Amino acid sequence: MADYAAKDTWVEIHRVLLDKGERAPQVPQDTREVPLEMKVKGFLLHEAALGDEVEIVTVAGRKIQGTLSAVNPSYDHLFGSPIPELSTIGREVREILRQGRREAS
Amino acid sequence: MSRELSYEAVMARKGEIMRTSVGIDYERYATGLLSFDYEGMLAGTGYDLETIRAIQDRTSVGNTPLVELRNLTALARSVSAPGKGARIFVKDEAANPSGSFKDRRASLSAHEAREKGYPGIAAATSGNYGAAVASQAAKAGLKCIIVQEAFDSRGIAQPEIAEKTRACEAYGAEVIRLSVGPELFYHFLIVLEETGFFNASLYTPYSILGIETLGHELSCQVREREGRFPDVVVATHAGGGNVTGTVRGLQKAGATDTRMVAASVDLAGLHMASDRDFNRKSFTTGHTGFSIPFSTWPDRADVPRNAARSLRYMDRFVTVTQGEVFYITQVLAEIEGMERGPAGNTSLVAAFALAQEMDEDRIIVVQETEYTGAGKHPLGQLNLAKEMGIRVERGDPVKNKPGEVIVIPEHPSQIRVAEVDLDRIRRSYIRNALRSLPPGEQPTGEDLAFLAAETKSTPNYVEEVIHGLGSEG
Repeated sequence: MADYAAKDTWVEIHRVLLDKGERAPQVPQDTREVPLEMKVKGFLLHEAALGDEVEIVTVAGRKIQGTLSAVNPSYDHLFGSPIPELSTIGREVREILRQGRREAS
Repeated sequence: MSRELSYEAVMARKGEIMRTSVGIDYERYATGLLSFDYEGMLAGTGYDLETIRAIQDRTSVGNTPLVELRNLTALARSVSAPGKGARIFVKDEAANPSGSFKDRRASLSAHEAREKGYPGIAAATSGNYGAAVASQAAKAGLKCIIVQEAFDSRGIAQPEIAEKTRACEAYGAEVIRLSVGPELFYHFLIVLEETGFFNASLYTPYSILGIETLGHELSCQVREREGRFPDVVVATHAGGGNVTGTVRGLQKAGATDTRMVAASVDLAGLHMASDRDFNRKSFTTGHTGFSIPFSTWPDRADVPRNAARSLRYMDRFVTVTQGEVFYITQVLAEIEGMERGPAGNTSLVAAFALAQEMDEDRIIVVQETEYTGAGKHPLGQLNLAKEMGIRVERGDPVKNKPGEVIVIPEHPSQIRVAEVDLDRIRRSYIRNALRSLPPGEQPTGEDLAFLAAETKSTPNYVEEVIHGLGSEG
């Protein structure tokens, strides 16, 4: 990932919305010990490097400021490896259905 | 914008922001201290079923196929007593434009937002609903903002929500991704105030009326094909909208004898606002973390009067385990050739178990499917679970323990439902309602009748519960 971006590049910014001491009273202890963070994507309004304070315009037209956290950020959610605990289920239930059909005939 | 943005200051402006962004004056429907005119509130939108069908038709929402799951029925019969094993049907809601029944909920909000001249539409949701709102906004030419609870303090995204981020962005929406915590709502209020967008809350009358077409459609499809209405409909239950809207639609079609079973994934032991537990749930919706609190107090929603009031409409409430949902998702793919879910298959697990209680000539309908994809899939969820130190193993699903071990059944005969005691839920609801009374006030006769309707019970039952609560001190 590039660490420098020209104006109009698609980027992500990061900002802390509520610090540790500012969390809502009802949140559990573990959540109260960390800040409420925000990540938003948009087009960079001026050239900048990763970690710079920048301003973006989002696709909904809002202008937001934050720390430049990613340039052309990727979608990296995956299926991942097959899960062995699921891999044999099809074979098992097909066998049950086969047996059921044999008994019926 | 010079308004103060501290948590307390923004939350204090909640009522005003909601009125402006939803365009409903909820106060005018109050009839007693607790009671309000529920039907009046829904009718006050001006949309009847035919109008809604026409609006949804314009964007190809609804009219989804009803699929008989013959192989799954045969599998259920193979583990049933002789003569048992109802026919299982599923309403393939994944055929909607954005891949879930949530398009029905979003369609009316988008229509209303455009009619009333709002510059855009916004929703606070990490689920399929975000994609639905974004899709409907795209069709309506409205700007769209979706606010998600998306990642934990280590920056690890829940994979299903990451997929929803991608989908929303694909439909041209701005997605605001937040770390874990209920203050998401605080930031959502700031966004509504700043933009003047319409709030496509999951809990407005628009959202619930949009689901009525689902219940209506499925009952008509079954009647057309089989000459009668379904015996049982099962709905995955979270915030209550799915149950509420579906039963209202069934009733409007005349299917008043059809029983509604609500089904949730049991996530007991995990805290919904916990940063640590966030990525240990393996489910982002359809679980007891939503369904229990929303059944016992629907007005915890973002709007003053929640239009999703599930306790009015459910005949039975059951839970299933995480492992059973992943199992049935795999079975659905491998013997029915339908890759759907996983979260939406919660009701399918329940139907598989409930079919075994019913005679072979009975009909049980699972009222939704949802699209599947990277992250939004058993593989994505179970790989994350393993990374988080959760054990995944084959065995008896009664040993499933959320956050510690996900137990995938070894055999279909191990799939069963656990009953949620509806009497306990009703009592809890009434207790919560009484807590919302102004200090020193007693419920009026009108309130008692309202509470009876709210809990699908009688004024006598309500009075007995209230009396019992008093003696508990």
